[in-house]
Amino acid sequence: MKSQSTPTLTPNEGFLDKLLSGRSSFLSYSLLALILVVILPLTLSEFRLNMCGKYLCYSFCCIGLVLCWGHAGILSLGQGLYFGLGGYSMAMFLKLEASDLESTKIQTTPGIPDFMDWNQLTELPWFWQPYHSFTLTLLLIIILPILLATLLSFFYFKGRVTGVVFAILTQSMVACAWYFIVGNQGFFGGINGMTDLKTLNGWDIREPSSQKILYFITVACLFGCLFFSKWILNSRLGRVLSAQRDKEERVRFSGYDLTAFRVFIFAVAGVLASIGGALFTLQVGFMSPNLIGVVPSIDLIIYTAVGGRLCIVGAVYGSLLVNTARTLFSEAYPTLWVFIYGALFIIIVLALPKGIAGIWSDHLRVRVRSLLKLDKKDKPEKLTT
Amino acid sequence: MSNTNTDFLLAIEDLTVSFDGFKAVDSFNLYIDKGELRVIIGPNGAGKTTVLDMICGKTKSTQGSIKFKNKELTKLREHKIVRAGVGRKFQTPSIYENLTVFENLEISYPWGRTVIGSLMFKRDQKVLDSIHKVAEQIYLIDDLDKQAEFLSHGQKQWLEIGMLLVQKPELILLDEPVAGMSVKEREATAALLNEIVRDRAVIIIEHDMDFVAQIAKKVTVLHMGKIIAEGTMDQVQNNEKVKEVYLGH
Repeated sequence: MKSQSTPTLTPNEGFLDKLLSGRSSFLSYSLLALILVVILPLTLSEFRLNMCGKYLCYSFCCIGLVLCWGHAGILSLGQGLYFGLGGYSMAMFLKLEASDLESTKIQTTPGIPDFMDWNQLTELPWFWQPYHSFTLTLLLIIILPILLATLLSFFYFKGRVTGVVFAILTQSMVACAWYFIVGNQGFFGGINGMTDLKTLNGWDIREPSSQKILYFITVACLFGCLFFSKWILNSRLGRVLSAQRDKEERVRFSGYDLTAFRVFIFAVAGVLASIGGALFTLQVGFMSPNLIGVVPSIDLIIYTAVGGRLCIVGAVYGSLLVNTARTLFSEAYPTLWVFIYGALFIIIVLALPKGIAGIWSDHLRVRVRSLLKLDKKDKPEKLTT
Repeated sequence: MSNTNTDFLLAIEDLTVSFDGFKAVDSFNLYIDKGELRVIIGPNGAGKTTVLDMICGKTKSTQGSIKFKNKELTKLREHKIVRAGVGRKFQTPSIYENLTVFENLEISYPWGRTVIGSLMFKRDQKVLDSIHKVAEQIYLIDDLDKQAEFLSHGQKQWLEIGMLLVQKPELILLDEPVAGMSVKEREATAALLNEIVRDRAVIIIEHDMDFVAQIAKKVTVLHMGKIIAEGTMDQVQNNEKVKEVYLGH
């Protein structure tokens, strides 16, 4: 049988094979690792490296969007909400550590965060209590987005609300979150956010050396998330997700309950964004509602679209490149950036629907392969009937 | 709603659905035996597709009962009906264009259809064997690694039938399976249908009378949501009412 030798028919692929299926995938991960671990730290100043670390935090949200929007077809315009969950969780832990009795002794109520004191709170609210523990904080960074994403999407997906309607709902949720934080100044620091975050279990996160370590922790977490996402996409679940994106009815009539699948991938995207948010707080040293509102959530969509919404590695490049361009251009031509940004988005939508990743997969790969005379069997077969 | 149990694989009684007062299907009765191949014919708008939609849960009935192995289907959600053993093929080939033929068939494999199950799903020998077996039946064994969008129209129809076979259903509902097929493909499809009906019951909606004559033993004629004739192809073709409906008034 001639088809026996082809890759899809090999039973029991190894775990690593599944993660890094194919040579091109292995190459793209190595290249990304080379850039993030070797090239950037060696060439950039501490200040610039810290900025890159910050941009990489957005990549977590973009990877989530690739899963949820690119592969499963669920557009979320509100990933900032989950970014904020992680970011605020981390900020609350750091804020509590920064508000010890010694440094807050001039307050009316020493030992609580400064903004609570300004707002006449005399006691730490109950929902702040878990944030005394670092372990609990880390757990909450994972659990809160799962709970919230499930709660906010289950009934919609069960009622088969998808597409544009769901996208608008997610956007209104992130708008609600913004108003909620701004309106509850005493509990969350209001529009100013949480500032003056200093140490993590006694380790000063503001030091340049700590910033560098935090950068590498971010890169490590990023690769963890990339492998996790790759594993999901390479599983049967990944195929079911893209199948239901294109032929919803067919999948349902193959015996699948799509509600559970959609909630799952939406929650995964939420968790990824939340991890990114937590790392963001650590590197930037504060968290504010304007970092998680409607506009930052839409920015995340643009990074994902630029990187390529079907490619998780592309999502990383997308957030790095757009943010770098934003920084460089707004330093040089502050007024022009908005126009360039808008033009960029239009170009991507019109000319490169698969983003940067599409330049490679649709145009360059075939040429490079024919140049290098790599195997021909990976090329898609053209019409044979 | 009747509570009587029957020996039939599928017993539809008094099935009615109305859309804003228009009765697309009206007091419809149908009994299907195990191993039976039934063809439903009728002019456009007769309610044929709506009947299939109600059996598989895509459309909710207004009244009446659908019993599959004495299990009431009218209140079940689609995936539960599929898991009970009913497979549905749509009118236009509904396959996953971006996946290979193998992956298309694999998604229908009736194991690991939950979130955790599909994450842990392993492509073991049993899965390979059953997919190969089906691929051979639907004449696509040499195209397993081809992306589905590059199949011909007829092959896409077969692929969707194959996706149903992988599910191992006891009842298969096919909506115009030979629409758009060449003569040769039609013959192959007729052979395929005669083979799969050995293990299960099949309900087919079809317009093509030559094809119907090739496969059908028993035909049900539907008009304006009501059954107007039932019997062998010869009986039905000679029925005055049927002639009238097909020739027009």
